[in-house]
Amino acid sequence: MIIYGTAILAACHLLGVYIGDLLGNLIGVKANVGGVGIAMMLLIAVRVYLHKRGLMPETTEAGVGFWAAMYIPVVVAMAAQQNVVAALKGGPVALISALGAVGLCACVIALINRTGPKNQDSTWEVGTVAEKP
Amino acid sequence: MEMIEHALRENPLVAAFAFVGIIMWMSVHLSRRLTFGRVHGSAIAIVIGLGLAYWGGIQTGGSKGLADLKIFAGIGLMGGAMMRDFAIVATAFEVHVDEAKKAGLVGVMALLLGTIIPFVVGASVAWSMGYTDAVAMTTIGAGAVTYIVGPVTGAAIGASSDLMALSIATGLIKAIMVMVFTPALARFMGLNNPRSAMVFGGLAGTVSGVSAGLAATDRRLVPYGALVATFHTGLGCLLGPSVLFLATKAIVG
Repeated sequence: MIIYGTAILAACHLLGVYIGDLLGNLIGVKANVGGVGIAMMLLIAVRVYLHKRGLMPETTEAGVGFWAAMYIPVVVAMAAQQNVVAALKGGPVALISALGAVGLCACVIALINRTGPKNQDSTWEVGTVAEKP
Repeated sequence: MEMIEHALRENPLVAAFAFVGIIMWMSVHLSRRLTFGRVHGSAIAIVIGLGLAYWGGIQTGGSKGLADLKIFAGIGLMGGAMMRDFAIVATAFEVHVDEAKKAGLVGVMALLLGTIIPFVVGASVAWSMGYTDAVAMTTIGAGAVTYIVGPVTGAAIGASSDLMALSIATGLIKAIMVMVFTPALARFMGLNNPRSAMVFGGLAGTVSGVSAGLAATDRRLVPYGALVATFHTGLGCLLGPSVLFLATKAIVG
């Protein structure tokens, strides 16, 4: 059933966020530490485990795949509710800081990625539920 | 007309699905007709979203962009943190475990750099523009990490509310810049495999910026970048009020 997939996804999400909160509490910061990242790892682990045992029929996968495919529309909705007005009101300090940070980070990313090992392996390009645009 | 408005207001999330669908459809066509596919449809959709957010902010004076308009309230739900994180977690289904493992260490390094570099840039700019005390420099520097790290750090070290606002603005501009410029800079940054996406996720920071930026570049890279980026805010909130604040204080007194 398709809901099984969505339920697995929801369970991983909640457990991950819970662990993230716990972690934040433990090290004394007022924030969730990597909750979503932990949830992602949980989901990957569950997928691998269920796949090995053949307990992951296509309909179950579709229950996750739908939400993965909804990702870009959700991001567009997210963009539409940013506080753009406040961001533009920040003045030169905010603008220059942000520009400098983004620019320098982009250069460092370029540096690391150019010095890193060349990626010959292209197996990642075949997604399990990836959709073509 | 009133009936339509009523229908939209009574079904906010459904209305948002329809509305975002229309934006996506328009964007894909704009991408094909005007740019011949060179600019990704998602990138155009995100820019349209930001533009609408600006318009919404001007119209209502609120802080949630288009979502502050009653008939678009569903946008707030659809694009809120809950749905965003749910969809991001779902993309993990497409992660190839070996690829993610291979880049684990470089991802951690990128995370650390991604916290320190923006902080130093932000704090230096603040200093050069006359914010010379440690609290102000730290708050603005933390804002340059992400717009959540800024106010969390500011609150912890006792910054004033206008400093916090400035810090949030810094983080917001950064997130918006990452969303808009990532597709254009993708080739320069070598953004074409999982490892590079993880480096990007660590260094560019802000889940919203990274996820939107990667979505507009190559959807398949999203989970790798997001996997790392979600640790960004936590790490920033950890380092900001502690190590980074003390270091700033030690330097400027």
